[in-house]
Parts: sequence; structure tokens; C-alpha cells
Amino acid sequence: MAEDLNCTVLYDLHLSLGAKMVPFAGYEMPVQYPLGVMKEHLHCRAGAGLFDVSHMGQVLLRPISGDVADAARALETLVPVSILALAEGRQRYALFTNDAGGIIDDLMVANRGDHLFLVVNAACKAGDIAHMRKHLSDVCQIEEITGRALLALQGPAAETALAAIAPGVAAMKFMDVAVIASGFGELWVSRSGYTGEDGYEVSVPEDRAEAFARELLAQDAVEPIGLGARDSLRLEAGLCLYGNDIDTTTSPVEAALEWAVQKVRRTGGDRAGGFPGADRILQEFETGATRRRVGLLPDGRAPMRAGTPLFASAEGGEAIGAVTSGAFGPSIEAPMSMGYVSVAQSATGTTIYGEVRGKRLPATVADMPFRASTYKR
Amino acid sequence: MKFTEEHEWLRVEGDLVVVGITEHASEQLGDVVFVELPAEGTEVVKDDEVAVIESVKAASDILAPVDGEIVEVNSMLEDSPGKVNEDPTGDAWFFKMKVADLSVLDDMMDEAAYKAFIG
Repeated sequence: MAEDLNCTVLYDLHLSLGAKMVPFAGYEMPVQYPLGVMKEHLHCRAGAGLFDVSHMGQVLLRPISGDVADAARALETLVPVSILALAEGRQRYALFTNDAGGIIDDLMVANRGDHLFLVVNAACKAGDIAHMRKHLSDVCQIEEITGRALLALQGPAAETALAAIAPGVAAMKFMDVAVIASGFGELWVSRSGYTGEDGYEVSVPEDRAEAFARELLAQDAVEPIGLGARDSLRLEAGLCLYGNDIDTTTSPVEAALEWAVQKVRRTGGDRAGGFPGADRILQEFETGATRRRVGLLPDGRAPMRAGTPLFASAEGGEAIGAVTSGAFGPSIEAPMSMGYVSVAQSATGTTIYGEVRGKRLPATVADMPFRASTYKR
Repeated sequence: MKFTEEHEWLRVEGDLVVVGITEHASEQLGDVVFVELPAEGTEVVKDDEVAVIESVKAASDILAPVDGEIVEVNSMLEDSPGKVNEDPTGDAWFFKMKVADLSVLDDMMDEAAYKAFIG
């Protein structure tokens, strides 16, 4: 293992399961197991898939006053999201924005009664924590959790598999969070994930994580799933990968993430603005952006991968955008991409062209998700 | 059967050479999701990019292993690219070539040499 790479507490488990390890966001992570990317993807949609996402950052925001509303109000100065309205035991998707209206990271925020629990991307976690320490330290203690692994269990069999260990999880709904005592210590459970499937993310004490994972894997329905299938699963679900589909140069409106900005934070709302980049972002809510993230279904079988330039016509003209994620979708049995195009070409059903190996191939702008999600609402 | 360092296999069939990718290559590529084949009748020179294979991971070029003419392609692969993983050295051949001088195969690796090559 290269010296400059971190590994998660489940590293030895991955090796014993026959994983192929690759560098990802500074960690050595499993890209696939012996089942292979395609079968892992399909298994997650048919049974249950277990993912090690311990490389992601887990952070607690504890209000110094003891009132979680103070932490929520403070966090709202960094995200264009309503955190104050987040009820105890609930989680929601959020975005850290910068002064230019771009996206510093996307994250999950949960209200756990007397504090907030955040899950942030691995590649961004050091920056996110520094950003919060700089801006929120007067109001909150910012505590990075380092003694816990994070696993995702996703798919139609996830509820039964996890309920065998922690029966309380069966009653949870999509985006509920709970702290549940178990034979593997205190589990921090959310009914969420990043595959478009029903399922859970579970934070478990590091010293119990391997035993917990093995207990799940001992069930027939559960297979370990690597980053390869995680990518095709999230793309079929129309979900953004930070660093590919959204970054510091893309605004929430360009990224078609308007749904993540509640009305109360938009112009006319009681807590409108007051987050970095609000001028640009709120302006774009009124006037629209000049480009937009869309789904693309290539007409043929050739995948259009990240970086593929996109054109309005089969010949001539300047590029109107580019693909930011592209792969073959095992469940839809077709190639799929997402990318940014000029708004003029962003309507569903528009034919555009991706240049693959020097040839312009037709693709159709399509609604996402490419495959209907199965969240338990 | 003969092998190249580009992980292709060649099998002489009458006066034609059948070309495919090795089992080792198909395992390294992972699940194949797309195959683009050359037009029949294409004249090629060794190391020309003649076909494209895309797996769940990435796109790779298939190079012409020798000079010659592509006389037949396995168009079944365009509809069933997964065959490349199931039967890489059998049903999932890529193309057949007419080669002026079959003795160019003599210097290529045999199976034992290829196995040593991939370690």
C-alpha cells in the first residue's frame, strides 16, 4: 500500500473478500469484488449491497448554547438550505456554496435533538471542517468523528438484513435518522443512501465495524459492492458525484439542484439569502442560468463518458457543453450520461450530439433518474 | 493459438487468421458493454486501431496484430458485448483477416510464452 494513502478500518476485510483496491479521494478503496461491477450493480437492485463509505467525513455540530436551533441558524449562513425547519430525527441534502455561487461540497445534515450530524465527501472533508471552524466556531463546537466507520446497506433486502441486527430500523422512513443500541455498539442509522434504492447508512464504532460487516455479509441476500458499481448505481439514480457533476464552478441552479434550496431561503422567503453566493444564486432562480445539468441517453450503445464534448448539430458549430459522468447502466441496459448543455438544448427530448472518437453520435436529453428510485417514503 | 503483447489471440483457420482478446484481457477489462468493429474489406497495417472495446471501466483500442485485410467481423458482439467475458477465446472472436504471409505468426508467443508474459 502506498504510504500517502489512508485506509479504512475495513481494509483487511476488503482484501479477504478478494477486492481490487484503487486510490480514491486519498484512500485505498475497493473498486470491485470478485462478482464484478455489473453483477454487483444488479445484485444491489435485487437483494442488498454493502458499501464501505468510511472514507467520508462524519462531523458533529454542537451548539455552545445547548439549543440546536442556534447550530441550525449558524449552518444556514453556509448553505442555501433550510436547516431550522429540519425536525429532530430527520436528515436532508445540503450544499456548501462559495462567494461566487459555486458548490464547495454536497453533504447530508441530520438533526439529532441537541446537535447536528453531518456527512461530507472524503475529498472535501478537511476543507469543509476548516470552513466550518472558521465561520461557525463562535456558535458551535465542530467535532470530527474519527472513531467510527460508515457503511451503506442498499437495496430491497436492506431492511430485512439490517433489522436482523437492529429491529428498530424497519419502522424508519426515507431520511429518518436514529441512534440505536445493538450488539455492535451504538449505531447511528439513517434511512438513506446514494443508489436510488431503499436502504441505510450506518455509522458504527470502529472496533466493531468488521464484525458488524461480517454479520451482514453472512446473510444470503447481502454482497459487498465496490466503488465501480456505486458509480453506475448513483448515475442511474440521477445523483451528482461531487468533483464530476458539481464543483466550485457550478451553481445550484446550473446543476438543476433547485429542489435542495427550500422556498424559505429564496427571494421572498422569511430567511431569504444570507449564504455565500446568494446574490448570484437567487438571481438565477429569477432569470435562469445559461447552462443546465441534464440527463442524456445515447441513441446507440456506445457510452459517452466524462469529458465527451456535446454539440447542437451533427456537423459544425461550437461545443454547447460536455458530459460530466457517463457509463453503461446495467439496470436500464443502456448507456447513460449526465452533463451540462446550453439552456437552449436542455429541454427533455432534445437531440444533441456527443463526439466519441471523432464521430458525433446522437443522444437524447432525458429526465432523471434514469431508473425510478425506490425510497421508502 | 498465438498471442500478442497486446493480449490478442490469433488462430489460423484455413487461409484466414481469426483474432480475439485473451481471457486475461477480458478479466482485466471487466464487464464489456460495447464493441465497435471495423468495416469488412478494410485494409489494415499492424498496430492500426481497428476496433474499440468498452467495459464498465474504460474504452480500449484493439490493434491490428498483423498487416492484412479484414474479411469478416463478428457482428454478434455488437448486440451481445457480454459474450467477450463469457467466451473470449471461442464465440467472442472479433474479426477474421486475410494475411499475405502466415509466417509472420511464427515469431509470436505460444500459450506457454503468453502465460509467462502475463505472470
